[in-house]
Amino acid sequence: MKITATCVKLGDHINTDLIISGKYKYRTQVISELTKFVFEDLDPKLRDRMAVGSVIVAGKNFGCGSSREQAPRVLKAAGVKAVIAESFARIFFRNSVNVGLPTVVASSKFIENVKDGDVLSIDLAEGRITDEKINLIDQIKPYPQFMLEIITEGGIADYYRKYKVFPWDKGLH
Amino acid sequence: MSTIVEKILAKSSGKKEVSSGDFVTSNIDVVFAHDGTALLAIESMEELGIKKVFDPTKVVFFIDHAAPSPSPQISNIHVSLRKFAKQQGLKLFDIGSGICHQVLPEEGYVKPGNVVIGADSHSVTHGAFNAFATGVGSTDAALAMATGKLWFKVPETVKITVDGKLRNMVMSKDIVLQVLGAVKADGLTYEAVEYHGSCIDGLSVDGRMTIANMAVEMGAKACPMELNEKTESWLKNRIVSFEAIKSDKEAKYVRELYFDAGKLEPMVAAPSNVDNVKNVTEVEGLEVDQVFIGSCTNGRIEDIKVATKILEGKHVKVRCIVIPASRRLYLEALKDGYLQKLVSAGCTVGPPTCGPCIGAHMGLLGEEEIAVSTSNRNFTGRMGASTSKIFLASPATAAATALEGKITDPRKYGDVT
Repeated sequence: MKITATCVKLGDHINTDLIISGKYKYRTQVISELTKFVFEDLDPKLRDRMAVGSVIVAGKNFGCGSSREQAPRVLKAAGVKAVIAESFARIFFRNSVNVGLPTVVASSKFIENVKDGDVLSIDLAEGRITDEKINLIDQIKPYPQFMLEIITEGGIADYYRKYKVFPWDKGLH
Repeated sequence: MSTIVEKILAKSSGKKEVSSGDFVTSNIDVVFAHDGTALLAIESMEELGIKKVFDPTKVVFFIDHAAPSPSPQISNIHVSLRKFAKQQGLKLFDIGSGICHQVLPEEGYVKPGNVVIGADSHSVTHGAFNAFATGVGSTDAALAMATGKLWFKVPETVKITVDGKLRNMVMSKDIVLQVLGAVKADGLTYEAVEYHGSCIDGLSVDGRMTIANMAVEMGAKACPMELNEKTESWLKNRIVSFEAIKSDKEAKYVRELYFDAGKLEPMVAAPSNVDNVKNVTEVEGLEVDQVFIGSCTNGRIEDIKVATKILEGKHVKVRCIVIPASRRLYLEALKDGYLQKLVSAGCTVGPPTCGPCIGAHMGLLGEEEIAVSTSNRNFTGRMGASTSKIFLASPATAAATALEGKITDPRKYGDVT
């Protein structure tokens, strides 16, 4: 699976309340409606920048805080193709696999050097991300096979509807 | 030679032994969701095309996050949850029952050695009862509801030892804030944490739940604690039989940390990150607009009792909202006279619910307002307006602050714990 999109650069500890505030998640369950409020408390302008098809590049502990699955769903609906970070909070990581939003752990060197607006390409199967502008390549730890298969199908629901079996029932590897 | 989490994940996946890094598929003993996450879980089940929950006695719903409903839209969510619960024949704890993390163990759904899955990040709270308990998103909850199984990567375990005796007015919240300040908000990501030591052995069930509750603020996957005497007798009042799981003496821990309880002081987490931890004396005197005593972190009897001792016969200077975490606790606090004393002291006592902690209702903050809250997160905008600020603290610090209208070291209110 290959992705090419424009970098939107964020900082450390981007929590799920910042991604989509708890006060909105009750207002509507329609994810496309919630995209109106994405990153509202951080920078409301991010929404328009993400809409064109973007890759978020962030620091440590992306997606920390609540378990709300609205967070990766809203990002995906808002035009985010993947999130690259130094580390991810575990519930956000699992949720992203389930909803088919690729997450990539990159080196701090790569993250430091990538600039807002750079065009990035990600090859999930090969485990490689590239900043074409500064010609910087980072070798990443690829997903375990079963997670890559879920992501490639667009999430666990699409996977299950297609194969009629869960990957873990075939053995995890 | 296994840790608690390795033992529980081995047993639940039908394996003799597992070690950190292994992937397992575990059988789930109980899965729950609430009004903030259950509807999306129901929709995820629909997306999967699975119509029935795997076992209605092992799936539990709660209406606790925005309860009673503050808006017609949320009422509609509640209607959908009640309808699904009725169709499926599963138990739904409706408004007034209390917060999922309090009610689930109170009602006997959590046993030592269990795998407990909640569509809420604070599901780690149930580690206080010697379970592997972890929070998941709505799709994982839906998978657990539909199939009774979920995959896990067996985490490494960090051992934290807290020895000694807490000083006067220093509470279990101060222990966990101290640990959080030391390991930071991503310090235990993907890892399990076991708390040991003489201080932990002596803690009440209430205090243990506070500590397990905030393990997720350090990124931890689970916080399974060995049972102590108080927790064993608490469980015996609720469930017939259980088998406690202990870690082996030679179990492998990835890191070990040590804290001396006797040296701990009242702490706060200043805005707007949970690990922005300071000694209360560093922020003493800062004027606040609201105090909240409640939530799955600190809405229990020990918490309400210490607040009552500080506020009894006096009057608060700022808005002080007190919310017992469950109906049982509400009744207990009524019976013991705490609520009458708190109301007399000018507190606003609310029905059992998450309250303002998640910013849905019951005391949200306006622009620039400052709150001291006994809850677990102080993120920007969490309890209201984007420019409001939250200091996390113990119920003792919160009550002393309510009394003075400014952040106050509770030790000046003497001998109450």
